[in-house]
Amino acid sequence: MRLLALLLWLVIGSAAAAEEKIVLGLSQDEVAITASFNGSDILIYGAIQRDSPAPTDSVMGIIITVSGPAAPVTVRRKERMFGIWVNRDSVNVDSAPSFYAVAGSAPLSLILKDIEDLRYKITIPRAIRSVGSTLEGAQDFTDALIRIRAGDGLYQVLVNQVDLEKQTLFDTRIVLPSNLTEGNYDTRIFLTRNGTVIDQYDTIIPVNKVGLERWLFNLAHEAPVSYGLLSLAIAAVAGWMASAVFQALKR
Amino acid sequence: MQIYLPIAEVSVNAFLLLGIGGLVGVLSGMFGVGGGFLITPLLFFVGIPPAVAVATSANQIVASSVSALMAHVKRRTVDFWMGSVLLVGGLLGSLIGVLVFNYLKKLGQVDLLVNLCYVVFLGIVGALMLVESLRALRRANRGGPLPPRKKHTWVQTLPFKVKFRVSGLYISVIPPILVGVFVGVLAGIMGVGGGFIMVPAMIYLLGMPTKVVIGTSLFQIIFTSAFTTMLHATTNYTVDMVLALLLLVGGVIGAQIGTRIGARMKAEQLRILLALLVLAVCLKLGAGLLIRPDDLYSIATAG
Repeated sequence: MRLLALLLWLVIGSAAAAEEKIVLGLSQDEVAITASFNGSDILIYGAIQRDSPAPTDSVMGIIITVSGPAAPVTVRRKERMFGIWVNRDSVNVDSAPSFYAVAGSAPLSLILKDIEDLRYKITIPRAIRSVGSTLEGAQDFTDALIRIRAGDGLYQVLVNQVDLEKQTLFDTRIVLPSNLTEGNYDTRIFLTRNGTVIDQYDTIIPVNKVGLERWLFNLAHEAPVSYGLLSLAIAAVAGWMASAVFQALKR
Repeated sequence: MQIYLPIAEVSVNAFLLLGIGGLVGVLSGMFGVGGGFLITPLLFFVGIPPAVAVATSANQIVASSVSALMAHVKRRTVDFWMGSVLLVGGLLGSLIGVLVFNYLKKLGQVDLLVNLCYVVFLGIVGALMLVESLRALRRANRGGPLPPRKKHTWVQTLPFKVKFRVSGLYISVIPPILVGVFVGVLAGIMGVGGGFIMVPAMIYLLGMPTKVVIGTSLFQIIFTSAFTTMLHATTNYTVDMVLALLLLVGGVIGAQIGTRIGARMKAEQLRILLALLVLAVCLKLGAGLLIRPDDLYSIATAG
């Protein structure tokens, strides 16, 4: 009897896992930062591939996350000293994404269990890694980090922003702000059933400076001396030309 | 029209930057100052990261100073010899300034230092200039004689005396070098040419004739700012060429308008206006330190 139950569970279990798969499309494969870059929209769309009709006994959810390159961050807090406001305490966050958007087909609490969030690091507080801070109230600092970046449009929680049609087609639009940093933006799509992740699809959207922006940035970092001299030459020539034009106008 | 700045990594309205350049250009044309003390705070205000604002202002000062210096060279009001002595001190000073800047950046106190420097020096210079020019204006109205200039100060007693022909001075090289170091340090930290400190120091401390002061100060500021630009470019990679270019174009046009406005005003009136402007910037920045900030927390990324 017990063996039969186990077999049944295995069959259903593996069937459920193989049954639904994510198929994905992107409106653009990469984001190019040009001189006139003023933010960008990315349309992420896809479908759930199934061999059999969609199960009706469980709640389905789609969660999409887009994450910019992560880097260590220092969060500082001002305190009043001698009458003026000065940076005092600081907390080092080991790794925080420069950009993070999480969109769900329903409020995340309904389609994602805490344990799964912990495992896949889906919500913003989980995506930020901060260990071993000795300072009391370190949580206030990570909260501040999230609050400030959310204020700049860099951290976004998009509840109900994934449109799910007939349990099969889904799409969402992620707005990338203009103050974007370069790097590979990890894009993850999770399919959940009753809050448990049953399929995950990963892809990367590269965000790169192109053209003049690329050239100047590379020059500044790879040949700083030439870059500095070039800036000075431009400044000196511009100053000299201004003076010459001014003289000519006077005459 | 939004433009993405490659080094600052923010997108800013190009016309806003042209406008800032233009505004500062008008003021520098009117008052004969580089305008660095205005441009850096304004750049903070539009959201340029402080490190980029400081480094790029230094680059922009090179341009406006070259432009202004040309006119002074024609009028032979530049003491190149004195300028070179000031420069020796200035280069040493900017090296110290950039090192201090980088060290404090690590500690997270650079914003405080830059702000404090601005408040203290703008406050002192603004107040002194206001008092002095109000006195001069009152004297001019009363029509009384000018008070005689003191010829011998403690400066005359120092060794290593050198003859500065254009300035008509025979003084020790130590005070000019010290003035140069001091202004260089400020240039490195504040991203300013330091003209607003250098000019009073040359007149009151070194006793140089007023007519050669501006040209000489410009001459030395070009090289100190150029050196500061190079230091920031090679150690911090924070000079934004696109930003500098936009500020330049605005500044060049503004300076022409400013010079024309300035030509129609009396010297004392100009100095009072400049003093009030300097004090206004000082008060604005000072208030920022004293009033509780909207957000006590701030973020700094490594590098």
